[in-house]
Amino acid sequence: MNIYYRSLLVLLLCLPGWLQAALTIEITQGIEGAVPIAVVPFGTAANSPAPPEDVAAIIASDLARSGRFAPLAEQDLIARPVEVSQVRFQDWRTLGVENLVIGKIATVGANQYRIEFRLFDVFRGRQITGHSLPATADQLRYVAHRISDIIYEKLTGHPGAFATRIAYVVSETRNGKKSYQLQLADSDGYNPQTLLTSAQPLMSPAWSPDGRRLAYVSFEKRRAAVFIQDVFTGKRQEIAAFAGINGAPAWSPDGRTMAVTLSRDGNPEIYSMRLSDRKLKRLTFSAAIDTEPVWTPDGKTIVFTSDRGGSPQLYRMPAQGGRAQRITFEGNYNTSADISPDGKTLVMVHGEDGRYQIASLNLENNRLRILSDGRLDESPSFAPNGSMIIYATESGHSGVLAAVSSDGRFRQRFSLRKGNVREPVWSPFTKRK
Amino acid sequence: MKFIQAVTVALVLGWLAGCSSTGDTKESEVAVEDHSDVAAGGAATSSGVGAYGDLTIESLNDPNSPLAQRVIYFAFDSSDVAEQDREILAAHAAFLSANPEVKVNVEGHTDERGAREYNIGLGDQRAQSVRRMLEFQGVAPAQISTVSFGEEKPAVEGHDESAWSMNRRVELVYVGY
Repeated sequence: MNIYYRSLLVLLLCLPGWLQAALTIEITQGIEGAVPIAVVPFGTAANSPAPPEDVAAIIASDLARSGRFAPLAEQDLIARPVEVSQVRFQDWRTLGVENLVIGKIATVGANQYRIEFRLFDVFRGRQITGHSLPATADQLRYVAHRISDIIYEKLTGHPGAFATRIAYVVSETRNGKKSYQLQLADSDGYNPQTLLTSAQPLMSPAWSPDGRRLAYVSFEKRRAAVFIQDVFTGKRQEIAAFAGINGAPAWSPDGRTMAVTLSRDGNPEIYSMRLSDRKLKRLTFSAAIDTEPVWTPDGKTIVFTSDRGGSPQLYRMPAQGGRAQRITFEGNYNTSADISPDGKTLVMVHGEDGRYQIASLNLENNRLRILSDGRLDESPSFAPNGSMIIYATESGHSGVLAAVSSDGRFRQRFSLRKGNVREPVWSPFTKRK
Repeated sequence: MKFIQAVTVALVLGWLAGCSSTGDTKESEVAVEDHSDVAAGGAATSSGVGAYGDLTIESLNDPNSPLAQRVIYFAFDSSDVAEQDREILAAHAAFLSANPEVKVNVEGHTDERGAREYNIGLGDQRAQSVRRMLEFQGVAPAQISTVSFGEEKPAVEGHDESAWSMNRRVELVYVGY
């Protein structure tokens, strides 16, 4: 086995007040064979104040979280080159480092920076890429994630998903009162922002394909309703508030249609709603529970959960409705599907012998693979590049988020400092101002 | 209000239609079970009124009244009302029939295991089971509303069967009392 356990705690060094709720990331399981890389702290001009973020540390942490790279610890860096002329490839070759990242941050105005970085192939002694990016102080973390994306893509051939975000639900009990929050954070858990706070449950956040809006379920009127909220303006509208269930919203890939679960006809059934005029079409007609619709990336098929066969299992049907076909056969409880961006893999909550774990199903060869090791794991959601799956697990009887590489070989846990975190959903690729 | 009544009546009719088919799905089994109860329920309603005497609004606040019991519990992944709980529902049905101005919220809940949205579905089916039992014992559809909170509002915080068994439940919440 080349799988070993390590417990590398990436701690937040200093926590300003507004970061109190930030996530810490604990890598719980890694792989040998992660590519050694050196990310040298970026140089700054001697006479200007240090920028508020350690850009190189953010990049190193991103690369480590991907499971594909093993950045050198800062104390193991044998040199700290800032300029190309200061790089001695021989030094890095002796350490077995395959790639080297250097950079510098120039202050170009009040609160304005310019970040320049270069990525080298140490063995060939050549620059692979180099960019110069502007940033305000507030944008430094985001730009660092953009740089991580560029490095990841150059070295793996696949786009990075570091400059993306996750939405999730937090619940906490204060003075005996429960409070629920819909939050948004960077993909590394930093910069948590609260989009909605309610005394009643919030559930099932779902990103619009353009990454600008979130649909979710709110019980704020002591009954379920589906809302759509603009992430940037905070404006929201109620789109479904029928008698009974209004749940499980899922956007079609073109963003025009929302699949939802309603029980207005007396039983939980899946409907599609045309968002332009909210016209509903009922898609399922069984006396069982039909819920948790998700669209395949081509928009032609909806995968959903149904207990029509006696236990909850995953089924697929045409997106316009029609004959449903069962997909899962192993285990007595398979729910909460999400489909990889290439449409080839499905992840789910897989229950067997009283344990609920995240599993993937290869849709080409029907091979099922257990990816997580919790007892009550739930809500798997693919990163937009398909490389990782984020999900909810429990740690010390509190809900925390975890992520696993899509091959199951690398796992990590994000721990919020307080509250129960659950129902993470990874955003699509988005451009930010 | 008329609309809601119409919808609810439609639901009941829809359910009756469902019963007449001989589907072999799990839900039909539940329905068939309920249906047999309806036959008995007709008699139970008339004798039930006698059995429960005059349940008045005051009975709602009487800890010794059968109405004091407002929570019934379910087996894992099941929405079948247990035999012993039918008695409790019969008392509530008799009370609601005798007091048509009273409204009740039927709230369905589940334990924390499994998927949250599936549990919303399961809680809904539990609430619907109870609603049907009340309606077939003479309660007007307009007196009943249902909501499912799934696993979102546990009665007992805990992560073992002792907590779970208390959380798989339907609560009858009398509006304004």
